[in-house]
Amino acid sequence: MSATDRIAALPLRRPAAGLAAWQRGALLLAGLAAALVPLWLLESFHLFQLTMAVIMALAVLGLNIVTGYNGQISLGHGAFFAVGAYATAILMSHLDWSFWATLPVSAAVCGLVGYGVGFPALRLGGLYLALTTFSLAVAVPQILKHRAIEDWTGGVQGLFLVKPDPPGFLPLNADQWMYCVALIVAALCFLLAWNLIRGRIGRALMATRDHPIAAEAMGMDIAALKTQAFAVSAMITGLAGSLSAVAVEYVAPDSFSFALSINLFVGMVVGGVASILGSLFGGLFVLFVPNIAEAISKAAPGVIYGVLLIAFLYLLPDGFAGLLRRLAARLRRGAG
Amino acid sequence: MALLEVEEVVVRFGGVTAVAGVSFTVEDRQICGLIGPNGAGKTTLFNVISGIYRPSDGLVRFAGEVVTGQPRHRMAALGLGRTFQNLALFRSMSVRENVLAGAHAEGRTGFLANALRLPAARREERAAAVQAAQLLALLELDHVAEVPVAALPFGTQKRVEMARALISRPRLLLLDEPAGGLNHGEVDALAALLREVAARFHCAILLVEHHMNLVMRVSDKVVALDFGRKIADGTPAEVRRDPEVIRAYLGDGGGHARAA
Ligand SMILES: Nc1ncnc2c1ncn2[C@@H]1O[C@H](COP(=O)(O)OP(=O)(O)OP(=O)(O)O)[C@@H](O)[C@H]1O
Ligand SMILES: [Mg+2]
Repeated sequence: MSATDRIAALPLRRPAAGLAAWQRGALLLAGLAAALVPLWLLESFHLFQLTMAVIMALAVLGLNIVTGYNGQISLGHGAFFAVGAYATAILMSHLDWSFWATLPVSAAVCGLVGYGVGFPALRLGGLYLALTTFSLAVAVPQILKHRAIEDWTGGVQGLFLVKPDPPGFLPLNADQWMYCVALIVAALCFLLAWNLIRGRIGRALMATRDHPIAAEAMGMDIAALKTQAFAVSAMITGLAGSLSAVAVEYVAPDSFSFALSINLFVGMVVGGVASILGSLFGGLFVLFVPNIAEAISKAAPGVIYGVLLIAFLYLLPDGFAGLLRRLAARLRRGAG
Repeated sequence: MALLEVEEVVVRFGGVTAVAGVSFTVEDRQICGLIGPNGAGKTTLFNVISGIYRPSDGLVRFAGEVVTGQPRHRMAALGLGRTFQNLALFRSMSVRENVLAGAHAEGRTGFLANALRLPAARREERAAAVQAAQLLALLELDHVAEVPVAALPFGTQKRVEMARALISRPRLLLLDEPAGGLNHGEVDALAALLREVAARFHCAILLVEHHMNLVMRVSDKVVALDFGRKIADGTPAEVRRDPEVIRAYLGDGGGHARAA
Protein backbone atom coordinates (compact mmCIF):
# COMPACT_ATOMS: atom_id res chain seq x y z
CA MET A 1 0.00 0.00 0.00
CA SER A 2 1.47 3.36 -0.98
CA ALA A 3 1.64 6.19 1.48
CA THR A 4 -1.20 8.10 -0.17
CA ASP A 5 -3.49 5.05 -0.15
CA ARG A 6 -2.74 4.70 3.50
CA ILE A 7 -3.88 8.25 4.15
CA ALA A 8 -7.08 7.71 2.21
CA ALA A 9 -7.78 4.56 4.17
CA LEU A 10 -7.44 6.24 7.55
CA PRO A 11 -10.39 7.59 9.50
CA LEU A 12 -10.36 11.34 9.90
CA ARG A 13 -11.09 13.21 13.07
CA ARG A 14 -12.50 16.41 11.64
CA PRO A 15 -16.28 16.18 11.42
CA ALA A 16 -16.57 17.98 8.07
CA ALA A 17 -13.93 15.81 6.49
CA GLY A 18 -15.56 12.66 7.85
CA LEU A 19 -18.73 13.29 5.85
CA ALA A 20 -19.29 12.08 2.31
CA ALA A 21 -19.14 14.61 -0.53
CA TRP A 22 -22.92 14.75 -0.93
CA GLN A 23 -23.35 15.26 2.79
CA ARG A 24 -20.91 18.15 2.73
CA GLY A 25 -22.65 19.65 -0.29
CA ALA A 26 -25.99 19.33 1.42
CA LEU A 27 -24.63 20.95 4.59
CA LEU A 28 -23.25 23.83 2.57
CA LEU A 29 -26.56 24.37 0.75
CA ALA A 30 -28.49 24.17 4.00
CA GLY A 31 -26.11 26.69 5.53
CA LEU A 32 -26.49 29.04 2.59
CA ALA A 33 -30.29 28.75 2.71
CA ALA A 34 -30.32 29.33 6.47
CA ALA A 35 -28.14 32.40 5.97
CA LEU A 36 -30.30 33.88 3.19
CA VAL A 37 -33.83 33.08 4.35
CA PRO A 38 -33.84 35.83 7.03
CA LEU A 39 -33.55 38.35 4.17
CA TRP A 40 -37.22 37.84 3.42
CA LEU A 41 -38.41 36.48 6.73
CA LEU A 42 -37.29 39.22 9.11
CA GLU A 43 -38.43 42.81 9.13
CA SER A 44 -35.76 45.44 9.24
CA PHE A 45 -35.08 45.71 12.98
CA HIS A 46 -34.56 42.00 13.43
CA LEU A 47 -32.55 41.81 10.23
CA PHE A 48 -30.35 44.59 11.64
CA GLN A 49 -29.86 42.57 14.81
CA LEU A 50 -28.89 39.53 12.79
CA THR A 51 -26.46 41.67 10.79
CA MET A 52 -24.87 42.76 14.07
CA ALA A 53 -24.69 39.14 15.21
CA VAL A 54 -22.77 38.23 12.05
CA ILE A 55 -20.46 41.17 12.72
CA MET A 56 -19.91 40.09 16.33
CA ALA A 57 -19.18 36.57 15.11
CA LEU A 58 -16.46 37.96 12.85
CA ALA A 59 -15.00 39.95 15.73
CA VAL A 60 -15.01 36.83 17.93
CA LEU A 61 -13.26 34.93 15.14
CA GLY A 62 -10.46 37.49 15.24
CA LEU A 63 -10.11 37.09 19.00
CA ASN A 64 -10.13 33.31 18.64
CA ILE A 65 -7.07 33.41 16.37
CA VAL A 66 -4.84 35.05 18.95
CA THR A 67 -6.41 33.88 22.21
CA GLY A 68 -8.05 30.58 21.27
CA TYR A 69 -5.48 29.18 18.88
CA ASN A 70 -2.34 31.00 19.98
CA GLY A 71 -3.06 31.22 23.70
CA GLN A 72 -2.32 34.95 24.09
CA ILE A 73 -5.13 36.23 26.28
CA SER A 74 -6.59 39.48 25.01
CA LEU A 75 -9.24 41.32 27.00
CA GLY A 76 -8.92 44.34 24.74
CA HIS A 77 -10.10 43.34 21.31
CA GLY A 78 -12.79 46.00 21.43
CA ALA A 79 -9.92 48.43 20.79
CA PHE A 80 -9.20 46.89 17.39
CA PHE A 81 -12.92 46.85 16.66
CA ALA A 82 -12.99 50.59 17.39
CA VAL A 83 -9.94 51.32 15.25
CA GLY A 84 -11.53 49.49 12.30
CA ALA A 85 -14.84 51.28 12.78
CA TYR A 86 -13.17 54.70 12.93
CA ALA A 87 -10.89 53.97 9.96
CA THR A 88 -13.96 53.28 7.83
CA ALA A 89 -16.01 56.13 9.30
CA ILE A 90 -13.28 58.73 8.81
CA LEU A 91 -12.59 57.71 5.23
CA MET A 92 -16.28 57.64 4.35
CA SER A 93 -17.46 60.79 6.08
CA HIS A 94 -14.43 63.05 5.56
CA LEU A 95 -13.08 61.79 2.26
CA ASP A 96 -16.23 60.33 0.69
CA TRP A 97 -14.65 56.96 0.07
CA SER A 98 -16.90 54.07 -0.82
CA PHE A 99 -17.35 51.48 1.91
CA TRP A 100 -15.55 48.73 0.01
CA ALA A 101 -12.51 50.91 -0.59
CA THR A 102 -12.14 51.51 3.16
CA LEU A 103 -11.86 47.80 3.96
CA PRO A 104 -8.25 47.23 2.85
CA VAL A 105 -7.18 50.42 4.63
CA SER A 106 -9.01 49.42 7.80
CA ALA A 107 -7.45 45.94 7.66
CA ALA A 108 -3.98 47.38 7.15
CA VAL A 109 -4.31 49.93 9.96
CA CYS A 110 -5.68 47.35 12.40
CA GLY A 111 -3.03 44.85 11.34
CA LEU A 112 -0.31 47.37 12.08
CA VAL A 113 -1.79 48.31 15.46
CA GLY A 114 -2.14 44.60 16.29
CA TYR A 115 1.44 43.94 15.27
CA GLY A 116 2.52 46.80 17.51
CA VAL A 117 0.61 45.38 20.48
CA GLY A 118 2.14 41.99 19.69
CA PHE A 119 5.63 43.07 20.69
CA PRO A 120 5.07 44.03 24.33
CA ALA A 121 2.81 40.96 24.42
CA LEU A 122 5.89 38.78 23.84
CA ARG A 123 7.37 39.88 27.15
CA LEU A 124 4.18 39.88 29.16
CA GLY A 125 2.18 36.72 28.64
CA GLY A 126 -0.58 35.23 30.77
CA LEU A 127 -2.47 37.42 33.21
CA TYR A 128 -0.18 40.41 32.67
CA LEU A 129 -1.03 40.39 28.99
CA ALA A 130 -4.72 40.13 29.86
CA LEU A 131 -4.48 43.24 32.03
CA THR A 132 -2.40 45.18 29.51
CA THR A 133 -4.84 44.53 26.69
CA PHE A 134 -7.67 45.37 29.06
CA SER A 135 -6.13 48.77 29.74
CA LEU A 136 -5.93 49.27 25.97
CA ALA A 137 -9.67 48.68 25.77
CA VAL A 138 -10.24 51.19 28.57
CA ALA A 139 -7.97 53.79 26.99
CA VAL A 140 -9.28 53.71 23.42
CA PRO A 141 -12.65 55.48 23.96
CA GLN A 142 -10.85 58.27 25.82
CA ILE A 143 -8.26 58.61 23.09
CA LEU A 144 -11.05 58.84 20.52
CA LYS A 145 -12.61 61.71 22.46
CA HIS A 146 -9.34 63.62 22.67
CA ARG A 147 -9.36 67.25 21.51
CA ALA A 148 -6.25 66.87 19.37
CA ILE A 149 -7.96 64.52 16.91
CA GLU A 150 -11.49 65.86 17.34
CA ASP A 151 -11.55 67.27 13.81
CA TRP A 152 -11.18 63.76 12.44
CA THR A 153 -13.04 61.68 14.98
CA GLY A 154 -15.89 64.07 15.72
CA GLY A 155 -15.05 63.92 19.44
CA VAL A 156 -17.86 62.94 21.80
CA GLN A 157 -20.43 63.47 19.04
CA GLY A 158 -18.85 60.88 16.80
CA LEU A 159 -19.35 60.60 13.06
CA PHE A 160 -22.38 59.82 10.90
CA LEU A 161 -22.20 57.81 7.73
CA VAL A 162 -24.58 55.92 5.45
CA LYS A 163 -24.98 52.29 4.50
CA PRO A 164 -23.62 51.26 1.10
CA ASP A 165 -26.29 51.38 -1.65
CA PRO A 166 -27.51 48.03 -2.91
CA PRO A 167 -26.46 47.40 -6.52
CA GLY A 168 -29.28 48.32 -8.95
CA PHE A 169 -29.77 44.82 -10.34
CA LEU A 170 -30.67 43.35 -6.95
CA PRO A 171 -34.21 43.70 -5.59
CA LEU A 172 -32.93 44.53 -2.10
CA ASN A 173 -33.34 47.49 0.20
CA ALA A 174 -30.40 49.01 2.09
CA ASP A 175 -30.96 46.89 5.23
CA GLN A 176 -31.14 43.68 3.24
CA TRP A 177 -28.03 44.62 1.30
CA MET A 178 -26.19 45.49 4.51
CA TYR A 179 -26.95 42.01 5.80
CA CYS A 180 -25.53 40.56 2.57
CA VAL A 181 -22.41 42.73 2.81
CA ALA A 182 -21.77 41.55 6.37
CA LEU A 183 -22.33 37.95 5.29
CA ILE A 184 -19.95 38.22 2.33
CA VAL A 185 -17.12 39.82 4.30
CA ALA A 186 -17.59 37.46 7.24
CA ALA A 187 -17.83 34.36 5.04
CA LEU A 188 -14.60 35.27 3.27
CA CYS A 189 -12.79 35.83 6.56
CA PHE A 190 -14.14 32.57 8.01
CA LEU A 191 -12.95 30.70 4.93
CA LEU A 192 -9.46 32.23 5.06
CA ALA A 193 -9.22 31.58 8.79
CA TRP A 194 -10.29 27.97 8.28
CA ASN A 195 -7.56 27.50 5.65
CA LEU A 196 -5.00 29.14 7.90
CA ILE A 197 -5.82 27.06 10.94
CA ARG A 198 -5.74 23.65 9.35
CA GLY A 199 -2.37 24.17 7.66
CA ARG A 200 1.25 24.67 8.64
CA ILE A 201 0.69 28.01 10.37
CA GLY A 202 -2.38 26.89 12.29
CA ARG A 203 -0.47 23.93 13.71
CA ALA A 204 2.40 26.24 14.62
CA LEU A 205 0.02 28.62 16.43
CA MET A 206 -1.44 25.78 18.48
CA ALA A 207 1.97 24.23 19.07
CA THR A 208 3.38 27.46 20.50
CA ARG A 209 0.33 27.65 22.75
CA ASP A 210 0.59 24.01 23.91
CA HIS A 211 4.34 23.75 24.43
CA PRO A 212 6.58 26.67 23.46
CA ILE A 213 9.86 24.87 24.15
CA ALA A 214 8.96 21.92 21.95
CA ALA A 215 7.59 24.30 19.32
CA GLU A 216 10.96 26.02 19.11
CA ALA A 217 12.70 22.68 18.84
CA MET A 218 10.47 21.98 15.82
CA GLY A 219 11.80 25.13 14.18
CA MET A 220 8.95 27.48 15.02
CA ASP A 221 9.93 31.11 15.43
CA ILE A 222 7.72 31.93 18.39
CA ALA A 223 8.23 35.70 18.35
CA ALA A 224 7.35 35.96 14.66
CA LEU A 225 4.33 33.66 15.02
CA LYS A 226 2.93 35.49 18.02
CA THR A 227 3.28 38.99 16.63
CA GLN A 228 1.83 37.96 13.28
CA ALA A 229 -1.03 36.16 15.01
CA PHE A 230 -1.81 39.40 16.85
CA ALA A 231 -1.74 41.32 13.58
CA VAL A 232 -4.05 38.92 11.75
CA SER A 233 -6.37 38.74 14.72
CA ALA A 234 -6.60 42.53 14.99
CA MET A 235 -7.18 42.73 11.25
CA ILE A 236 -10.21 40.42 11.39
CA THR A 237 -11.73 42.10 14.45
CA GLY A 238 -11.02 45.48 12.84
CA LEU A 239 -12.93 44.46 9.70
CA ALA A 240 -15.85 43.59 11.95
CA GLY A 241 -15.55 47.12 13.34
CA SER A 242 -15.69 48.54 9.81
CA LEU A 243 -18.86 46.59 9.11
CA SER A 244 -20.46 47.75 12.35
CA ALA A 245 -19.71 51.39 11.50
CA VAL A 246 -21.78 51.23 8.31
CA ALA A 247 -24.43 48.91 9.71
CA VAL A 248 -25.12 51.33 12.58
CA GLU A 249 -24.41 54.36 10.33
CA TYR A 250 -22.73 56.02 13.29
CA VAL A 251 -19.57 55.75 15.36
CA ALA A 252 -19.03 57.28 18.78
CA PRO A 253 -16.40 56.61 21.45
CA ASP A 254 -18.88 55.22 23.95
CA SER A 255 -20.01 52.44 21.59
CA PHE A 256 -16.57 50.92 22.13
CA SER A 257 -16.33 50.74 25.90
CA PHE A 258 -14.46 47.91 27.59
CA ALA A 259 -17.77 46.07 27.86
CA LEU A 260 -17.40 45.33 24.15
CA SER A 261 -14.06 43.62 24.76
CA ILE A 262 -15.55 41.53 27.54
CA ASN A 263 -18.49 40.64 25.29
CA LEU A 264 -16.12 39.38 22.62
CA PHE A 265 -14.34 37.30 25.22
CA VAL A 266 -17.64 35.84 26.43
CA GLY A 267 -18.56 35.07 22.83
CA MET A 268 -15.31 33.21 22.33
CA VAL A 269 -15.71 31.09 25.45
CA VAL A 270 -19.39 30.31 24.89
CA GLY A 271 -18.85 29.55 21.21
CA GLY A 272 -15.81 27.43 21.81
CA VAL A 273 -12.19 28.39 22.48
CA ALA A 274 -10.07 27.57 19.42
CA SER A 275 -13.01 26.86 17.16
CA ILE A 276 -13.78 28.57 13.87
CA LEU A 277 -17.41 27.54 13.73
CA GLY A 278 -17.82 28.20 17.45
CA SER A 279 -17.08 31.89 16.80
CA LEU A 280 -20.30 32.07 14.77
CA PHE A 281 -22.35 30.83 17.71
CA GLY A 282 -20.44 33.14 20.01
CA GLY A 283 -21.55 36.10 17.89
CA LEU A 284 -25.18 35.00 18.00
CA PHE A 285 -24.98 34.47 21.75
CA VAL A 286 -23.57 37.86 22.72
CA LEU A 287 -26.07 39.63 20.51
CA PHE A 288 -29.28 37.77 21.27
CA VAL A 289 -28.95 36.44 24.80
CA PRO A 290 -28.90 39.93 26.38
CA ASN A 291 -32.16 40.61 24.49
CA ILE A 292 -33.67 37.40 25.77
CA ALA A 293 -32.57 38.37 29.27
CA GLU A 294 -34.29 41.70 28.93
CA ALA A 295 -37.46 40.08 27.66
CA ILE A 296 -37.52 37.85 30.75
CA SER A 297 -36.94 40.62 33.26
CA LYS A 298 -36.93 44.32 32.51
CA ALA A 299 -35.86 45.05 36.08
CA ALA A 300 -32.70 42.95 36.29
CA PRO A 301 -31.61 41.84 32.82
CA GLY A 302 -27.99 41.64 34.01
CA VAL A 303 -28.88 39.01 36.57
CA ILE A 304 -30.80 36.93 34.03
CA TYR A 305 -27.93 37.26 31.56
CA GLY A 306 -25.52 36.06 34.23
CA VAL A 307 -27.72 33.10 35.05
CA LEU A 308 -28.11 32.19 31.38
CA LEU A 309 -24.36 32.50 30.86
CA ILE A 310 -23.59 30.24 33.81
CA ALA A 311 -26.19 27.75 32.61
CA PHE A 312 -24.58 27.67 29.18
CA LEU A 313 -21.09 27.19 30.56
CA TYR A 314 -22.38 24.46 32.85
CA LEU A 315 -24.27 22.60 30.14
CA LEU A 316 -21.67 23.15 27.42
CA PRO A 317 -18.29 23.21 29.14
CA ASP A 318 -16.41 23.32 25.83
CA GLY A 319 -18.82 25.69 24.14
CA PHE A 320 -21.13 25.19 21.18
CA ALA A 321 -18.17 23.81 19.28
CA GLY A 322 -17.86 20.95 21.76
CA LEU A 323 -21.55 20.16 21.41
CA LEU A 324 -21.20 20.08 17.61
CA ARG A 325 -18.17 17.81 17.88
CA ARG A 326 -20.08 15.36 20.06
CA LEU A 327 -23.08 15.41 17.73
CA ALA A 328 -20.88 14.84 14.69
CA ALA A 329 -19.15 11.93 16.43
CA ARG A 330 -22.51 10.34 17.24
CA LEU A 331 -23.70 10.86 13.67
CA ARG A 332 -20.61 9.15 12.29
CA ARG A 333 -20.91 6.24 14.68
CA GLY A 334 -24.53 5.88 13.65
CA ALA A 335 -23.63 5.96 9.97
CA GLY A 336 -20.49 3.83 10.11
CA MET B 1 35.23 15.97 10.71
CA ALA B 2 32.73 14.78 13.26
CA LEU B 3 29.04 15.64 12.87
CA LEU B 4 28.66 16.83 16.46
CA GLU B 5 31.50 18.30 18.49
CA VAL B 6 30.90 19.16 22.12
CA GLU B 7 33.82 21.18 23.44
CA GLU B 8 34.50 21.84 27.11
CA VAL B 9 30.87 22.55 27.88
CA VAL B 10 30.14 23.91 31.35
CA VAL B 11 26.63 24.57 32.69
CA ARG B 12 26.02 26.12 36.08
CA PHE B 13 22.65 26.67 37.72
CA GLY B 14 23.34 29.13 40.49
CA GLY B 15 25.70 27.19 42.73
CA VAL B 16 25.17 23.80 41.05
CA THR B 17 27.53 22.79 38.29
CA ALA B 18 25.39 20.41 36.25
CA VAL B 19 27.95 19.93 33.48
CA ALA B 20 31.60 20.52 34.31
CA GLY B 21 33.66 20.74 31.13
CA VAL B 22 32.49 17.85 28.95
CA SER B 23 33.91 17.17 25.48
CA PHE B 24 33.03 14.40 23.03
CA THR B 25 32.16 13.89 19.39
CA VAL B 26 29.53 11.99 17.44
CA GLU B 27 30.32 10.90 13.90
CA ASP B 28 27.89 10.98 11.01
CA ARG B 29 25.48 8.02 11.17
CA GLN B 30 26.90 6.84 14.48
CA ILE B 31 24.74 5.68 17.36
CA CYS B 32 26.27 7.13 20.49
CA GLY B 33 25.00 6.18 23.95
CA LEU B 34 25.15 8.74 26.74
CA ILE B 35 24.91 7.14 30.15
CA GLY B 36 25.28 8.19 33.75
CA PRO B 37 23.46 7.96 37.06
CA ASN B 38 20.55 10.27 37.91
CA GLY B 39 21.58 13.90 37.98
CA ALA B 40 24.78 13.23 36.02
CA GLY B 41 23.95 16.05 33.61
CA LYS B 42 22.72 14.13 30.55
CA THR B 43 19.53 16.07 29.97
CA THR B 44 21.31 19.33 30.67
CA LEU B 45 23.86 18.46 28.01
CA PHE B 46 21.01 17.66 25.58
CA ASN B 47 19.51 21.05 26.25
CA VAL B 48 22.83 22.68 25.48
CA ILE B 49 23.23 20.77 22.21
CA SER B 50 19.69 21.62 21.08
CA GLY B 51 20.14 25.26 22.09
CA ILE B 52 17.61 25.41 24.93
CA TYR B 53 20.36 26.29 27.41
CA ARG B 54 23.32 28.56 26.76
CA PRO B 55 26.39 26.96 28.31
CA SER B 56 28.30 29.01 30.89
CA ASP B 57 31.42 28.04 28.98
CA GLY B 58 32.45 25.96 25.98
CA LEU B 59 30.64 25.46 22.71
CA VAL B 60 28.88 23.03 20.42
CA ARG B 61 29.69 22.58 16.75
CA PHE B 62 27.26 20.86 14.43
CA ALA B 63 28.36 19.90 10.91
CA GLY B 64 31.33 22.22 11.36
CA GLU B 65 29.23 25.23 12.33
CA VAL B 66 29.18 26.70 15.84
CA VAL B 67 25.55 26.43 16.94
CA THR B 68 25.92 27.74 20.48
CA GLY B 69 24.24 31.13 20.64
CA GLN B 70 22.16 30.62 17.51
CA PRO B 71 18.39 31.18 17.78
CA ARG B 72 16.68 28.09 19.18
CA HIS B 73 14.27 27.73 16.29
CA ARG B 74 17.15 27.41 13.80
CA MET B 75 18.32 24.05 15.17
CA ALA B 76 15.67 21.99 13.41
CA ALA B 77 16.53 23.46 10.02
CA LEU B 78 20.22 22.73 10.66
CA GLY B 79 19.35 19.07 11.07
CA LEU B 80 18.95 18.58 14.79
CA GLY B 81 15.91 16.65 15.99
CA ARG B 82 15.11 15.71 19.56
CA THR B 83 12.72 14.08 21.97
CA PHE B 84 12.19 15.05 25.60
CA GLN B 85 12.66 12.98 28.74
CA ASN B 86 9.35 14.06 30.27
CA LEU B 87 7.32 14.34 27.06
CA ALA B 88 6.77 17.66 25.35
CA LEU B 89 3.91 16.94 22.99
CA PHE B 90 1.29 19.39 21.77
CA ARG B 91 -1.44 18.13 24.03
CA SER B 92 -4.50 19.49 22.28
CA MET B 93 -3.55 17.98 18.95
CA SER B 94 -3.98 14.53 17.48
CA VAL B 95 -1.05 12.18 16.91
CA ARG B 96 -1.01 13.01 13.21
CA GLU B 97 -1.09 16.77 13.85
CA ASN B 98 1.79 16.44 16.28
CA VAL B 99 3.86 14.64 13.69
CA LEU B 100 2.91 17.19 11.02
CA ALA B 101 3.95 19.98 13.39
CA GLY B 102 7.40 18.38 13.38
CA ALA B 103 7.59 19.13 9.66
CA HIS B 104 7.42 22.86 10.32
CA ALA B 105 11.12 23.41 9.62
CA GLU B 106 10.71 21.79 6.19
CA GLY B 107 8.15 24.40 5.13
CA ARG B 108 8.49 27.97 4.01
CA THR B 109 4.94 29.25 3.51
CA GLY B 110 3.53 31.91 5.82
CA PHE B 111 0.16 33.27 6.92
CA LEU B 112 -0.90 34.63 3.53
CA ALA B 113 0.02 31.57 1.45
CA ASN B 114 -1.79 29.30 3.91
CA ALA B 115 -4.90 31.45 4.24
CA LEU B 116 -5.22 31.58 0.45
CA ARG B 117 -4.12 27.95 0.04
CA LEU B 118 -1.66 28.96 -2.64
CA PRO B 119 -0.07 26.11 -4.63
CA ALA B 120 3.14 26.34 -2.58
CA ALA B 121 1.19 25.79 0.64
CA ARG B 122 -0.73 22.85 -0.83
CA ARG B 123 2.45 21.25 -2.08
CA GLU B 124 4.07 21.52 1.34
CA GLU B 125 0.97 20.15 2.99
CA ARG B 126 0.82 17.15 0.66
CA ALA B 127 4.51 16.37 1.08
CA ALA B 128 4.20 16.58 4.86
CA ALA B 129 1.07 14.39 4.83
CA VAL B 130 2.83 11.65 2.87
CA GLN B 131 5.85 11.68 5.18
CA ALA B 132 3.68 11.73 8.27
CA ALA B 133 1.75 8.71 7.01
CA GLN B 134 5.00 6.82 6.41
CA LEU B 135 6.33 7.61 9.86
CA LEU B 136 3.08 6.73 11.56
CA ALA B 137 3.25 3.36 9.84
CA LEU B 138 6.91 2.83 10.69
CA LEU B 139 6.33 3.60 14.36
CA GLU B 140 3.08 1.64 14.46
CA LEU B 141 1.03 4.67 15.27
CA ASP B 142 -1.37 4.58 12.34
CA HIS B 143 -4.23 3.07 14.31
CA VAL B 144 -4.12 5.98 16.77
CA ALA B 145 -3.33 8.68 14.22
CA GLU B 146 -6.46 10.72 14.89
CA VAL B 147 -6.50 10.25 18.66
CA PRO B 148 -5.58 13.25 20.83
CA VAL B 149 -2.03 12.54 22.08
CA ALA B 150 -2.89 13.25 25.68
CA ALA B 151 -5.14 10.18 25.72
CA LEU B 152 -2.30 7.74 24.92
CA PRO B 153 -0.06 5.74 27.27
CA PHE B 154 3.42 7.06 28.05
CA GLY B 155 5.28 4.61 25.82
CA THR B 156 3.11 5.45 22.82
CA GLN B 157 3.57 9.15 23.42
CA LYS B 158 7.33 8.59 23.37
CA ARG B 159 6.98 7.04 19.90
CA VAL B 160 4.93 10.04 18.78
CA GLU B 161 7.79 12.26 19.87
CA MET B 162 10.18 10.17 17.84
CA ALA B 163 7.98 10.39 14.74
CA ARG B 164 7.65 14.14 15.25
CA ALA B 165 11.44 14.48 15.41
CA LEU B 166 12.09 12.21 12.42
CA ILE B 167 9.72 13.89 9.98
CA SER B 168 12.12 16.80 9.52
CA ARG B 169 14.84 14.33 8.42
CA PRO B 170 17.38 15.27 11.10
CA ARG B 171 21.06 14.45 10.64
CA LEU B 172 21.34 13.97 14.38
CA LEU B 173 18.53 12.64 16.52
CA LEU B 174 18.72 13.27 20.27
CA LEU B 175 16.68 10.74 22.22
CA ASP B 176 16.24 11.31 25.95
CA GLU B 177 15.26 8.01 27.59
CA PRO B 178 13.13 6.51 24.79
CA ALA B 179 12.78 3.26 26.75
CA GLY B 180 11.09 5.00 29.70
CA GLY B 181 7.93 3.11 30.61
CA LEU B 182 8.56 0.14 28.30
CA ASN B 183 8.53 -3.54 29.30
CA HIS B 184 11.18 -6.10 28.28
CA GLY B 185 9.66 -7.11 24.97
CA GLU B 186 9.07 -3.50 24.03
CA VAL B 187 12.70 -2.63 24.77
CA ASP B 188 13.80 -5.35 22.36
CA ALA B 189 11.53 -3.90 19.70
CA LEU B 190 12.94 -0.44 20.43
CA ALA B 191 16.49 -1.67 19.89
CA ALA B 192 15.52 -2.99 16.46
CA LEU B 193 13.66 0.21 15.70
CA LEU B 194 16.62 2.43 16.58
CA ARG B 195 18.88 0.51 14.22
CA GLU B 196 16.28 0.66 11.48
CA VAL B 197 15.81 4.40 11.99
CA ALA B 198 19.55 5.07 11.81
CA ALA B 199 19.86 3.01 8.63
CA ARG B 200 16.76 4.27 6.90
CA PHE B 201 17.09 7.96 7.72
CA HIS B 202 20.88 8.01 7.49
CA CYS B 203 21.04 9.86 10.76
CA ALA B 204 23.27 9.76 13.78
CA ILE B 205 21.62 9.13 17.14
CA LEU B 206 22.67 10.38 20.55
CA LEU B 207 20.87 8.17 23.01
CA VAL B 208 20.40 8.92 26.69
CA GLU B 209 19.20 5.80 28.44
CA HIS B 210 19.28 4.12 31.85
CA HIS B 211 18.47 0.78 30.28
CA MET B 212 22.09 -0.40 30.09
CA ASN B 213 21.37 -3.51 28.09
CA LEU B 214 19.71 -1.45 25.35
CA VAL B 215 22.53 1.11 25.21
CA MET B 216 25.23 -1.55 25.04
CA ARG B 217 23.37 -3.42 22.30
CA VAL B 218 22.69 -0.60 19.87
CA SER B 219 25.52 1.88 20.42
CA ASP B 220 28.64 2.15 18.30
CA LYS B 221 30.13 4.25 21.04
CA VAL B 222 29.26 5.13 24.62
CA VAL B 223 30.03 8.25 26.66
CA ALA B 224 29.60 8.03 30.44
CA LEU B 225 28.99 11.01 32.73
CA ASP B 226 29.03 11.28 36.49
CA PHE B 227 28.47 14.46 38.49
CA GLY B 228 28.75 16.51 35.31
CA ARG B 229 32.11 15.06 34.28
CA LYS B 230 32.94 12.65 31.52
CA ILE B 231 34.30 9.49 33.14
CA ALA B 232 34.56 7.22 30.10
CA ASP B 233 34.32 7.32 26.32
CA GLY B 234 34.76 4.30 24.05
CA THR B 235 33.15 1.18 22.63
CA PRO B 236 30.34 -0.39 24.67
CA ALA B 237 32.68 -3.19 25.76
CA GLU B 238 35.35 -0.75 26.94
CA VAL B 239 32.93 1.43 28.83
CA ARG B 240 31.25 -1.54 30.48
CA ARG B 241 34.63 -2.65 31.87
CA ASP B 242 35.74 0.82 32.90
CA PRO B 243 36.43 0.88 36.65
CA GLU B 244 35.13 4.45 37.05
CA VAL B 245 31.87 3.52 35.38
CA ILE B 246 31.49 0.46 37.57
CA ARG B 247 32.17 2.58 40.64
CA ALA B 248 29.67 5.24 39.55
CA TYR B 249 26.92 2.70 39.12
CA LEU B 250 27.66 0.23 41.89
CA GLY B 251 29.53 2.41 44.32
CA ASP B 252 28.57 4.84 46.99
CA GLY B 253 24.76 4.57 46.82
CA GLY B 254 23.09 7.93 47.47
CA GLY B 255 21.63 9.49 44.35
CA HIS B 256 22.69 6.53 42.24
CA ALA B 257 19.78 4.34 43.14
CA ARG B 258 18.32 4.15 39.64
CA ALA B 259 21.37 2.49 38.04
CA ALA B 260 19.97 -0.43 36.05
N1 LIG C 1 16.89 24.05 35.34
C1 LIG C 1 17.68 23.64 36.37
N2 LIG C 1 17.91 24.44 37.43
C2 LIG C 1 18.69 24.04 38.45
N3 LIG C 1 19.30 22.87 38.49
C3 LIG C 1 19.12 22.02 37.47
C4 LIG C 1 18.30 22.36 36.36
N4 LIG C 1 18.31 21.32 35.48
C5 LIG C 1 19.09 20.39 36.03
N5 LIG C 1 19.58 20.78 37.23
C6 LIG C 1 20.50 20.02 38.09
O1 LIG C 1 21.59 19.65 37.27
C7 LIG C 1 21.99 18.33 37.54
C8 LIG C 1 21.92 17.50 36.27
O2 LIG C 1 20.57 17.30 35.90
P1 LIG C 1 20.14 16.55 34.59
O3 LIG C 1 18.68 16.65 34.48
O4 LIG C 1 20.95 17.01 33.46
O5 LIG C 1 20.54 15.04 34.93
P2 LIG C 1 20.29 13.72 34.12
O6 LIG C 1 21.61 13.10 33.90
O7 LIG C 1 19.46 13.97 32.93
O8 LIG C 1 19.46 12.85 35.17
P3 LIG C 1 18.28 11.81 34.96
O9 LIG C 1 18.91 10.53 34.62
O10 LIG C 1 17.60 11.76 36.29
O11 LIG C 1 17.40 12.34 33.89
C9 LIG C 1 21.08 17.82 38.66
O12 LIG C 1 21.75 18.01 39.86
C10 LIG C 1 19.88 18.73 38.57
O13 LIG C 1 19.29 18.88 39.82
MG1 LIG D 1 17.61 13.41 32.28
